[in-house]
Amino acid sequence: MSVSDPHSDPHPGLALPEALIGIGLLVCAGAVVWQTAVMPVSPMYSKVGPTVFPYMTAAGLAILAILLFIQAMRGGWQPDDEKEVKADWKSVAFVAAGLVANVALIGPLGFTAASAVLFVLVAHGFGSRQPIRNAVTGLVLSLAAYFGFAKALGVNIGAGVIERLLGA
Amino acid sequence: MDTLSQLAHGFAVALTWQNLLWCLLGTTLGTAIGVLPGLGPALTIALLLPITFQVAPEASFILFAGIYYGAMYGGSTTSILLNTPGESATIVTALEGNKMARSGRGGAALATSAIGSFVAGMIGTLGVAFLAPVVVSFALAFGPAEYFSLMVLAFVMVSAVLGSSAVRGLTSLFVGFFLGMIGVDLQTGQPRFTFGVSELLDGTSMIVAAVGLFAVGETLYVASRRYAGRDEIIPLKGSLYMTAQEWARSWKAWLRGAAIGFPIGALPAGGAEIPTFLSYALEKKLSNHKEEFGTTGAIEGVAGPEAANNASAAGVLVPMLTLGLPTSATAAIMLSAFQSYGINPGPLLLQTQPALVWGLVASLFVANVLLVILNLPLIGLWVRLLKIPAPQLYAGILVFATVGTYGISQSPVDLILLYVLGAMGFLMRRFDFPTAPVIIGMILGPLAETQFRRAMTISNGDWSVFYTHPLSLTLLILALLALLGPRVYGIIVHRRTRGPEHVPGDA
Repeated sequence: MSVSDPHSDPHPGLALPEALIGIGLLVCAGAVVWQTAVMPVSPMYSKVGPTVFPYMTAAGLAILAILLFIQAMRGGWQPDDEKEVKADWKSVAFVAAGLVANVALIGPLGFTAASAVLFVLVAHGFGSRQPIRNAVTGLVLSLAAYFGFAKALGVNIGAGVIERLLGA
Repeated sequence: MDTLSQLAHGFAVALTWQNLLWCLLGTTLGTAIGVLPGLGPALTIALLLPITFQVAPEASFILFAGIYYGAMYGGSTTSILLNTPGESATIVTALEGNKMARSGRGGAALATSAIGSFVAGMIGTLGVAFLAPVVVSFALAFGPAEYFSLMVLAFVMVSAVLGSSAVRGLTSLFVGFFLGMIGVDLQTGQPRFTFGVSELLDGTSMIVAAVGLFAVGETLYVASRRYAGRDEIIPLKGSLYMTAQEWARSWKAWLRGAAIGFPIGALPAGGAEIPTFLSYALEKKLSNHKEEFGTTGAIEGVAGPEAANNASAAGVLVPMLTLGLPTSATAAIMLSAFQSYGINPGPLLLQTQPALVWGLVASLFVANVLLVILNLPLIGLWVRLLKIPAPQLYAGILVFATVGTYGISQSPVDLILLYVLGAMGFLMRRFDFPTAPVIIGMILGPLAETQFRRAMTISNGDWSVFYTHPLSLTLLILALLALLGPRVYGIIVHRRTRGPEHVPGDA
């Protein structure tokens, strides 16, 4: 679509990110075929066994990947307003750091402490510069979530340092 | 008459005080998440899925349905006052509603959208009550081949026809198929795509997928465009009362919107976006106040689409309850709630679970009444929710996303999977892939596979069952037409018109 768009690049050549998506999908389709091929299948089910649908899915993915790649060669499809906005990678990095910290700390420290760290990092990524206040907010919120889920929904969330202090 | 007596029994279920409380909780929560940008009914219901282990099916579905309807009401408030649609189904509302708010008629816009939602929600729910038994009488004749073909048609409709690109929609759907296949094959016990990770034997949890795509993906996406411009909240001015003229301009638009919304929702195509666009176009065409469209804001342009989205939300319940065919991400997650109770939605559901189905339908009437009260006199409360600053809002969303996910299994594997799917959701948003088909493919893919294998087992491996049964053949031809028709038409017209801009998921 961007080919006919007067605002887009005057040389609608290969759009790299879109091409990578196409190639990535093709690789995924290949991986599905490979994983399906190594599945041991009982001859009883040889007609429509557990491998038929995976093969169909892989074939579909491969065709779609090629179609996407062709679109990428013709200039890609990413909407113009998406291209114009420069991604704020620093914000994304803080959010991602929060997620990684959370998965690393949830085991040793428990849900509440890990969530408070997540809260502070994500809020920082979104431009908040009040780490202490955010830590308190995050702590209160995650305790509320912890008790809400653990008690009301009966979901057992990993108790840790803070939960034990509160005798939960 | 049968429907009416069944409905009376339904009200007996819905009007017990426990179920009224569930309904109130659902509608309140639904309105809140509808108002908040970044949160939607699909995500909320996914996070609350563990409740199915705790309470009776009637209670959870009354809660979920309240959330589903409530989000439709709440989303319009955000559209009107903030110009950022709270829900994908309320994008059109923002067009005229926000203009009206800017010219000081925000109160009337909110009123026409709440009352219109009420009128259309009531009509739509009546439609569910009367249409569901009719669909069931047809569906009883369906064999596995027909079911499979019907699902193929639904797949094409939800991924290829609705949305801006058939290729990208289908890609999302196929990724969903793949995610749905992970785990033990139910018919043979063969593990598939578990890559030796024992946590994956149970399959990718619906909660992880929905929360990853909708909450984590959305948060990453919003973070990446932090400086892309902020919308201001327009303070609510003027009374919520509509003038006689505004009533006169609204009521026909409500009825037309409901008439467009319900049938489209009830088709195995679903989606609340298309009917809102159609209704908007129709109102613009019929209006005597064309000059107000896009300038000061025309009330018909709010009334029609708002009615359409609520009626279609009701319509979506028809294929979900009678055929087990979810056509929106929210309906797909509700289907997985049925599965967690060991209940299979389908033509037999109305006979095997009458209290559940009719209790649910009756509770939808109750929900509509509660919602119009929640959304008109109490509107000020919801406006205050809009003032939650983005950093704390999104940080909070991620905290809840983590609880919901970690709580299911207490396994870091699920958290890692959540973040991987979140990264995928982020890329999908950035490159304009719709997310709802992933969820629909994930839940409906395995069901389609089951029907496919059943049909092939009955026919002894003969593929012709799919095209020798007349009904199955018809459905497949319809699917093919839906897939290729627009393309052929486009070539004939020789002009590529873009469909309505895709807006990711009904998260």
